[in-house]
Amino acid sequence: MHESDKYWEIKPNTSLLDIKLKENYEYRDLLWLLVKRDFISFYKQTILGPIWFFIQPIFTVLIFSLIFGNVAGISTDGLPKPLFYLAGVVTWNYFSDCFIKTSSVFRDNAYIFGKVYFPRLIMPLSVVFSNLVKFGVQLLLLFAMMLFYGLKGGHFQITWYVLLFPVLVLLMACLGLGLGMVVSAMTTKYRDLAFLVTFGVPLLMYATTVVFPLSAAPERFHNLIKFNPMTPIIETFRMGFLGTGTFSWSMLGYTTFITVVILFLGVVTFNKVQKSFVDTV
Amino acid sequence: MGKIVIKAENISKAYELGEFSTGTISRDLERWWAMMRGKEDPFLKIGEVNDRNKKTDSKLVWSLKDINFEVEEGSALGIIGRNGAGKSTLLKLLSRITSPTTGTIKGRGRIASLLEVGTGFHPELTGRENIFINGAILGMRKAEIKKRFDEIVDFAGVERYIDTPVKRYSSGMYVRLAFAVAAHLEAEILIVDEVLAVGDAEFQRKCMGKMGQVTKDNGRTVLFVSHNVESVKSLCDTAILLHNGRMHENTNLADAIKIYLQQNPENDRGHFVNPNPPVNLEVYFKQAYIKQKGVVTNALFNDAPIDVHCQLQCNIPMKVSLEVIVRDHNGLPLLFGPIGLTQQREHELEPGVHQMVIRLNPPYLAKGSYFLDLIVAETGKRIIDIHESCLGFEIESSFIAASGWSFEHNRGAGAMLLNAFSYFEDELPAVH
Repeated sequence: MHESDKYWEIKPNTSLLDIKLKENYEYRDLLWLLVKRDFISFYKQTILGPIWFFIQPIFTVLIFSLIFGNVAGISTDGLPKPLFYLAGVVTWNYFSDCFIKTSSVFRDNAYIFGKVYFPRLIMPLSVVFSNLVKFGVQLLLLFAMMLFYGLKGGHFQITWYVLLFPVLVLLMACLGLGLGMVVSAMTTKYRDLAFLVTFGVPLLMYATTVVFPLSAAPERFHNLIKFNPMTPIIETFRMGFLGTGTFSWSMLGYTTFITVVILFLGVVTFNKVQKSFVDTV
Repeated sequence: MGKIVIKAENISKAYELGEFSTGTISRDLERWWAMMRGKEDPFLKIGEVNDRNKKTDSKLVWSLKDINFEVEEGSALGIIGRNGAGKSTLLKLLSRITSPTTGTIKGRGRIASLLEVGTGFHPELTGRENIFINGAILGMRKAEIKKRFDEIVDFAGVERYIDTPVKRYSSGMYVRLAFAVAAHLEAEILIVDEVLAVGDAEFQRKCMGKMGQVTKDNGRTVLFVSHNVESVKSLCDTAILLHNGRMHENTNLADAIKIYLQQNPENDRGHFVNPNPPVNLEVYFKQAYIKQKGVVTNALFNDAPIDVHCQLQCNIPMKVSLEVIVRDHNGLPLLFGPIGLTQQREHELEPGVHQMVIRLNPPYLAKGSYFLDLIVAETGKRIIDIHESCLGFEIESSFIAASGWSFEHNRGAGAMLLNAFSYFEDELPAVH
């Protein structure tokens, strides 16, 4: 059991910033078990099993190559089309999965939350880590494709920016988590936001440089697209692994700033709501 | 005097009635503003009692009000009260699922609450995987679960199926496994809801044994919430009695149980008042309530007839018969009581209000909740007024004095009288 349970006090209102990091840390085993549960239950009783992790990005990339690459003829910065789209899709998926799944965390777990106490933050964290596993698996697909195009002599190169990869993952996770927590906290009272997220996030993808490179976007839209904190992440990712994209430290700095603010907001609202949400759901 | 491990001071919990979100953003903002300035919630009204039958202006209802109690180390506290008395709310507060509106609960020692067994069980995962998930949700570290793993499996008796997904388990196995995890929590304070009402009789006994052992041998503290007076009696040393969200003055176990049994849950379901009396019906029920042994109550026993007192409004002179249906807690009809079986079939009513008594002589009923349908019919022709499950009653104890034991639902909803004979070929009892 957990040390922090030694002396306890249950009070009506605690301060907004009392997020009990220590207590969360003590429940780390639960976090891993939940991640494992998500992973195992994902492919139980399916024929293809974990292969499903690959099917979704493969088909998305196929469709994108067909529609945006061939029909619409949008530039891919000289990269092989599947490689360009795959890099965008895999990273975007990680962010959007974190965001969407976190935003429904109260509704999805209302039943458990109503029966047992554990630090509620564990649930959104488990979402982020479960998706990290999925992200990792999908990255393998990207690497396999890079190898394939590398042997075929496709035009791409890995640059030093690849060292920023862990930072990018952290930023995506925190951004998705933060936004998701803000929304999840608000949907316990105002359900409308849930609808907004389900159709809004996929649309937001088109305001991010997933299906087009920033350089190919009309100049007047640049600021709008850069305003989206996901754009620098995807651009930097492509820059690191494929060698094309628009990278600037100020853009990445902007994203980091936004992410920190949103994560802070998310943790505070989430923490506020988790105390009494059982009464309203 | 042992050490105090839980101390609840003035805890109250208010719930909001009605709509939660639409149109209340302004109110939310107002409340939020008050909270930000450290003021009290402007929408809390002090002094209202949770009485579900009375409508009040305030949209807030106090589900718990001014609860104070202390629990000593190693003792077992029973929390009893009728449905809606606030038992579940108190449990939720104690187990930190929701926070109190006012007051504090202080405690020492690790706390584990079992409001339900098997929380977080995933049907696709195996018994083994679920033991770990469930244990972790209940607050155990992985290493602790590993250490007690064999014990848990052994207690549940599911060794053979431990690597089978739990969705293939029988419901009995599922519950046994779930309880086993809970029973092996290493917490100093255990909060238990009526989870024991599950599983077969043998497993229930095993669970009760385990609970008793937890307090007596391991010196742990147990808070036990139940309707089952017998289990509370056998397990607990002290009890608190909740009524409409308030606590009965400090009483000892025996007194609390006595008051609980006498408590008249009339305002629950024992009194029926026709909510919208039809003006055009020839005859209809205005209201009804249950009496047993001359006392208005719906906490009933098997040793006396049940009297349903009803008030009928009759608008034209006519012949009617009164009938009832007894339903179980799921609403399943168990017994039909057409009056004509025992006495005159019809009653001639003149226009006006009539007081009538329907006296039921049901067979012995198992302990539990039941509902009554009231029917007034034009004899042999049609039903005029029917109120499905309009009255409810509890069989508090199904103790049958003649046999010296009580029977529960797992043996059937009702008991009948039977006789067994030994006989020889040539003296067979006459069979008709």
